[in-house]
Amino acid sequence: MTDVAWAVDWVRRSAQVVAEHREELIELDRQIGDGDHGENLNRGFTAVVAKLDALEQAPETVGDVLKLVATTLMSTVGGAAGPLYGTAFLRASKAAATPELDSAGVVATLEAALEGIVARGKATTGEKTMVDAWTPAVEAAVARADAGGSPAEVLAAAADAATQGAQATIPLQATKGRASYLGERSVGHLDPGARSTELLLHAAAEAAA
Amino acid sequence: MSVALILVSHVRELAEGAVRLAAQMAPGVTILAAGGLEDGAIGTSFDTVEAAIGRATADEGAAVVLTDLGSAVLTTESVLELADEQVAARVRIADAPFVEGAVAAAVAAHGGAGLEGVLAAAEAAGGLFAEAGVEPASHHADAAHAAGADSATPAAGVAEQTADDGVVRATRTLLNPQGLHARPAATVARTMAGYDAHVRVNGSNAASVLELMKLAAPQGAELRIEAEGPQAQEAVDALTAAIDEGFGEL
Repeated sequence: MTDVAWAVDWVRRSAQVVAEHREELIELDRQIGDGDHGENLNRGFTAVVAKLDALEQAPETVGDVLKLVATTLMSTVGGAAGPLYGTAFLRASKAAATPELDSAGVVATLEAALEGIVARGKATTGEKTMVDAWTPAVEAAVARADAGGSPAEVLAAAADAATQGAQATIPLQATKGRASYLGERSVGHLDPGARSTELLLHAAAEAAA
Repeated sequence: MSVALILVSHVRELAEGAVRLAAQMAPGVTILAAGGLEDGAIGTSFDTVEAAIGRATADEGAAVVLTDLGSAVLTTESVLELADEQVAARVRIADAPFVEGAVAAAVAAHGGAGLEGVLAAAEAAGGLFAEAGVEPASHHADAAHAAGADSATPAAGVAEQTADDGVVRATRTLLNPQGLHARPAATVARTMAGYDAHVRVNGSNAASVLELMKLAAPQGAELRIEAEGPQAQEAVDALTAAIDEGFGEL
């Protein structure tokens, strides 16, 4: 059930998976960026969990949880991932202002997140960014929901598509973000933002399973 | 109250250094540094940028933000997205080179330009500096001369020198109430780029907006123009006409 408890579980699982993959994300970012993605995201989600733990009242809506994630990531992450994920969660929080999401609600939440990233990063597909993982994820979510899938199935489809989208960034040449300064040398590397997107969406799916 | 500037950099020292440089040319203008993370590490801090925007926009103030790399822009935009709409409406993010844009914006703010004027000054800085970079090679020699000692050219500094040394000279009085601030300086540099001539104003390279602004020429200042090259006369004619018209500001 994709309710407030699910959202909280998603966030905690996200923090855990980011901590587990911290070194990997740092290494991916070191290859084509400034090497701070793993450290920054880990710092951000650690802070998010601390805020969740400190809450005196349980959040009323899924959006309340996501907004807490948004504002905390924005003020603690530091690198580009802060405002990008921060805006994603912020827009998502507005789309998820109910105690529970049905399949259409999950789709709307993911769509809002992608729109936030695109609005903030001004990136499109094929530029070797997290948009290359988010876009197929949203497309798969829409398709699964249209086919009558449950919220858990919609999230699973989104996560799997994000994995494929992330892998598809490897042969791309970066034309947005810090990696774009590398030009052709960015080819052959997995984009760290696409990889972290994949991790976060799998956390969402596992929390709903 | 003049428009304030906020310089957002990934590195605290970079932001603070740029503030020092810009403030030198614009005393009295509020210029705030918002560089690095709270612990001094490299990055841009939402809270630091938010605090700077809060300070700059207090008492109905307006501010232009200059940024270094991408995520500085993203952080600033995020702050504005979450900020009060009326505050956000008084803030602009300049698409401008960090240092040159900050200097140009500071001078414009000092000269009393409004929010859009300061923004335009910052954003014009990039193109103008790029133009200066593609001048004919001979301009560089001229710039070196302007930056170096006048003694490199025997003619320089001798007002009575006749025109048969190949130098076209003219003297004009600056009419603009706010002096030779960023916008007219930009106009001069842009105009001079169109002529095959090396032009100096009070010894400074007229193709460089930064050198012109450094003159800090106030209203009523005497501008001594010297030009050399195939189109020296045309360049001087165009420049004197622009000065007499107050660069369209009068």
